Amino acid sequence: MTAVIDRPASQTPTPVKPIRSHRPRATSRTAAKVGVNGLLVLGSAYMVLPLLWLVFAATKDAGDLYSGNAFAFGTDLVANLQRLLAQDDGIFLRWLANSILYAGIGAVVGGFVSLMAGYAFDKFEFRGKRGLYASVLVGVLIPNTATVIPLYLLAASIGLTNTIWAVLIPTLCNPFSVYLARVFSSGYLPAETLEAARVDGAGPIRSFLQVGLPMLVPGFVTIALFQFVGIWNNFMLPLIMLQDRDLFPSSVGIALWQSQVQQNPEFSTLVIAGSFVSVIPLIVAFVMLQRFWRSGLSAGSVK
Amino acid sequence: MTTQASATRRTRRKTIPGTGGRTASVFLIPFFVLFALTMIAPVIYAIGMSLFAERRSGLGFGGATVEFVGLGNYVEVLSDTTFTDGFGRLAIYCLLYVPTLLAVALVLALLLDSAVAYAKRAFQLLLFLPHAVPGVIAALIWAYLYTPGVSPIVKALESGGIGIDFLSVQLVLPSMVNIAVWEWAGYNVIILFTALQALPREILEAARVDGAGEIRTALSIKTPLVWPALGVALLFTVIGSLQLFTEPKILSSATTAVTSTWVPNMWAYDAAFNRNNLPQAAAASIILALLAGLLSWVVTRFTSKEPTR
Repeated sequence: MTAVIDRPASQTPTPVKPIRSHRPRATSRTAAKVGVNGLLVLGSAYMVLPLLWLVFAATKDAGDLYSGNAFAFGTDLVANLQRLLAQDDGIFLRWLANSILYAGIGAVVGGFVSLMAGYAFDKFEFRGKRGLYASVLVGVLIPNTATVIPLYLLAASIGLTNTIWAVLIPTLCNPFSVYLARVFSSGYLPAETLEAARVDGAGPIRSFLQVGLPMLVPGFVTIALFQFVGIWNNFMLPLIMLQDRDLFPSSVGIALWQSQVQQNPEFSTLVIAGSFVSVIPLIVAFVMLQRFWRSGLSAGSVK
Repeated sequence: MTTQASATRRTRRKTIPGTGGRTASVFLIPFFVLFALTMIAPVIYAIGMSLFAERRSGLGFGGATVEFVGLGNYVEVLSDTTFTDGFGRLAIYCLLYVPTLLAVALVLALLLDSAVAYAKRAFQLLLFLPHAVPGVIAALIWAYLYTPGVSPIVKALESGGIGIDFLSVQLVLPSMVNIAVWEWAGYNVIILFTALQALPREILEAARVDGAGEIRTALSIKTPLVWPALGVALLFTVIGSLQLFTEPKILSSATTAVTSTWVPNMWAYDAAFNRNNLPQAAAASIILALLAGLLSWVVTRFTSKEPTR
């Protein structure tokens, strides 16, 4: 605001300016501080309060959930967790284990496959490189959900639906990770280092494994983290591919419970406790691995 | 034979030893095999399937015969009003969601970048936190926060004399936009904030010396300079919004305002699993993929016209 007033003021005789800007500057600076930080607190509250609600809700039984203060602790956290673990012979733990299995394998294997491809696109010269890389970028631009039903149709035709392969194999291919890997490879790994390894007699595969890979570890962790979260959060693919409840990841399992809340409101405490338990590891991972997702996001914004 | 051999020799000579196509292929084959299996083959298979239809004999006995119908399924899908209504909703959703998300993210990023902001790292972490929450759970949390009786928001509004049904036919779409903004704003804040931090400080200093205030600098200097990052954010937001499935699918268990064919993805799901019409599900998916490709192309065109790197 001051800028709008100051600009024309600088053309008018000088005495006006000091008088107008001395005192207001100091107060407007405090006002700006309060305004900026106040808005940031508001924005953060919008992000955090729903999560806090989940924490409080996880401590209540169905009765308390529908009455009483939403932002106060209940007394049933332990009971809720016990019910969660006991429901259907402890199927929730199985769903959680499935999530960890799918996301873990997808992150590590898929991350490594992408890392190799991104490394090759960055460090090697070969025919058809531009065309192949363009196809990777097209892959980035096609929304996942548009290929889920085609994937289901194909998997059904070869009898792969309702197996872990149906949810595992598609998650190993992530074009965006290849793109990230290329950015990381050109940023973290100087070509001279590889050249030196080659002069020392290391072949291209050995120089990748012994020289390239150790230097790309931070990039690999970032890619694996993003893939892990992406797979953990995936809903449509497992929902469509799996019919056997024992194979469900936690997202599909919790959604199944939610669909029963209409008939039986008692299920809402299971849904809330299950959501609470499956969110915690992700939030802890994000808080601890801040360095990695920050670098991933800044690499991802390079066009 | 000889031409082939000389061709390989020529490519060998052009590149540094050991970095030619043969070595590169060792690194690329795993990814491209997966790419072919999980993206190209399904799409081709779905295109093939979408050109056929099952026809049952008039009496209903004797099983179905499969016959070639050309683009017949596409015509049927596109002339089905439940499908086109879904597309209409998706379009309104995009028009509400994309600008809201980018505006919220840009404002928060500019606030974070402001010289007077405290505790920037802590704010970044708090803003990013919802992104760690799986989409299903985000939708569930908000479904409860929209449900009268459970929701502290509805309760607070009611005590203020305002009765709002977030899950009504009129409001469920904006309610869904809110869920998506909650999930994705922080992610985009970090991207835009990183871009803002990378701006040359001399330019901002020059603006300050010229007498531009914080707000003026933010709007007329910083914002145009982060346009490329905003373009990337726009592209991924548009692609992401076409994926809309999880939130309406979850909300459909909390309100009847969300039907089983509410958006195109749900329509395709319903066609495949409730109506057992796989060819139409395939056709709907192909239509969505084509639209996504077209939109991405438009967005890329549009954003790269502006000042580039």
